[in-house]
Amino acid sequence: MSEYKTLSHQGLWKNNAALVQLLGLCPLLAVTGTLINGLGLGLATTLVLIGSNTTVSLVRNWVPNEIRIPIFVMIIAAFVTIVQLLMNAFTFNLYQSLGIFIPLIVTNCAIIGRAEAYASKNPIKFAAFDGLMMGIGFSMVLILLGAMRELLGYGTLFVGAEFLLGDWARSLLITVFQTEHNFLLAILPPGAFIGMGLLIALKNTLDKRFQELARAPEKVVERARVTAEN
Amino acid sequence: MKLSLTSSPHQYHQRSTAQLMRLVCYATLPGFAAQLWFFGWGTLIQFVIAATVALATEALVLEIRKKNFEKALSDCSALLTALLLALCLPTLAEWWVAAIGAFFAIAIVKQLYGGLGFNLFNPAMAAYIALLVSFPVAMTAWLPPQELAARGYDFVDACYLVLTGFTAEGYSLNQIRNLADGFTMATPLDSVKTDLGMGQTYTEALTSSQFSDGLGIGWYWINLAYLAGGLFLIKAGAIKWHIPLSMLLGMALLSGILHISNSDLFASPVFHLLSGGTMLGAFFIATDPVSASTTDKGRLIFGASIGIWIILIRTWGGYPDAIAFAVVLMNMAVPLIDYYTRPRTYGHRQVKNKVSKP
Repeated sequence: MSEYKTLSHQGLWKNNAALVQLLGLCPLLAVTGTLINGLGLGLATTLVLIGSNTTVSLVRNWVPNEIRIPIFVMIIAAFVTIVQLLMNAFTFNLYQSLGIFIPLIVTNCAIIGRAEAYASKNPIKFAAFDGLMMGIGFSMVLILLGAMRELLGYGTLFVGAEFLLGDWARSLLITVFQTEHNFLLAILPPGAFIGMGLLIALKNTLDKRFQELARAPEKVVERARVTAEN
Repeated sequence: MKLSLTSSPHQYHQRSTAQLMRLVCYATLPGFAAQLWFFGWGTLIQFVIAATVALATEALVLEIRKKNFEKALSDCSALLTALLLALCLPTLAEWWVAAIGAFFAIAIVKQLYGGLGFNLFNPAMAAYIALLVSFPVAMTAWLPPQELAARGYDFVDACYLVLTGFTAEGYSLNQIRNLADGFTMATPLDSVKTDLGMGQTYTEALTSSQFSDGLGIGWYWINLAYLAGGLFLIKAGAIKWHIPLSMLLGMALLSGILHISNSDLFASPVFHLLSGGTMLGAFFIATDPVSASTTDKGRLIFGASIGIWIILIRTWGGYPDAIAFAVVLMNMAVPLIDYYTRPRTYGHRQVKNKVSKP
């Protein structure tokens, strides 16, 4: 059971694909203009991660070491194609607003990184679970960053939720404030970089705080001096 | 013994940081006054808003960082940042423009990098760019010089406009911006750029009512006032001459070459030097002791590059003025410039290839 626990901790926090490994930054920074875009890409990436990790782990004993990377890429590309076609069929508007970044999941280093570093060396159940956790960790950052940028930029949350979740989701839309001057910096790419930097800083601060808390009850040993000063 | 951490160059000088910052603030007064004279009270209100937010943000962030904010506030660096930002803002921009700008300058550009002395970029200019990119409409709503305006405005109107977007009588900012001859106001740089873009020649572009003798009315006085303030700063030893001179020379040379090569398409050097924020940029912004180059040779390269960037962006870029972009671009190059222009240490000979190439 502890392997699952380690995998969750690694994927969600300690070795988070976006915040610590800084992998997959291109889609991460490009599509997180709104919360729903982030969520959509996060889901797509998670699905691909689970699928590719599982498959890579399945075939790990038959793949010749020398050509493993092309094989991994083909496996990933197959899953990306599946996800892309599914999104095209069921969430067409979201598919359009994510655009090129869905096929680009193939080149997301977080996915091939997991295939290479974990799935190709471990049994299938752990590999699939690792894909799930890494995917959730990555999606959390996407959602958080998307929410931050949408809130600052447009003053709303969940805009476009109906594209992903169907018509009932229209009522999810929260308008925090209304303005005719959108804060474009948050929506444009520089805002993504600044927001990402802030998130990483926040994570590091929290880590430091946890460390201090864990270390706090330190025992002070008082000892009588038995030798003279000199 | 008190060991304090200061920015290079490590020369002994009686002035403390606070005195230096205050001196720079005083030196902007002629230009500030000229801006108030030509464009009305708006800039003063912008300064009050920006200064309040900047000081509050500085205190807040330092409190979070568990530092002594009273000492940091009294060094006036936040005040100077707010002042420089306010001088660059459109005169009657609404209050949240200055507030967001001042917050961004202090919290993001200055304190997140470690506070005074550690910021990579010039806080006022980085904030100005953030505002310009975010709110292009509000940030380009310049007023006409008051003598050309269809409607003047007084201090009370200015307060109303900044706080609500309308005067007490209900005139909107765009109505205040109308010129007496019915045209909408654009800054001289903007107007020339637009006219050139529409296929007019430079001479034709200067026939608009806001020009006299080929210079934007009001703007050249403002630039001359900043020039005077800047010369005072050099005289007082607060800044060195390298950056302003090389920047102005760089601008004059490049725009001169362009103007001689085709005087219909490219504005004259005098126009470039006395339009927009040139003098404010050369003497007060590019010379920021933290984010500018720190060696003499480096300062010359830094200044000249800024000058060249300004002309390039003004001529071919998307924005009419380019001081902020040029300064921030060159701020990025400062570590490199400083690395390659390290001065010879006294007692050591200059060794060729001493700096190992990466």
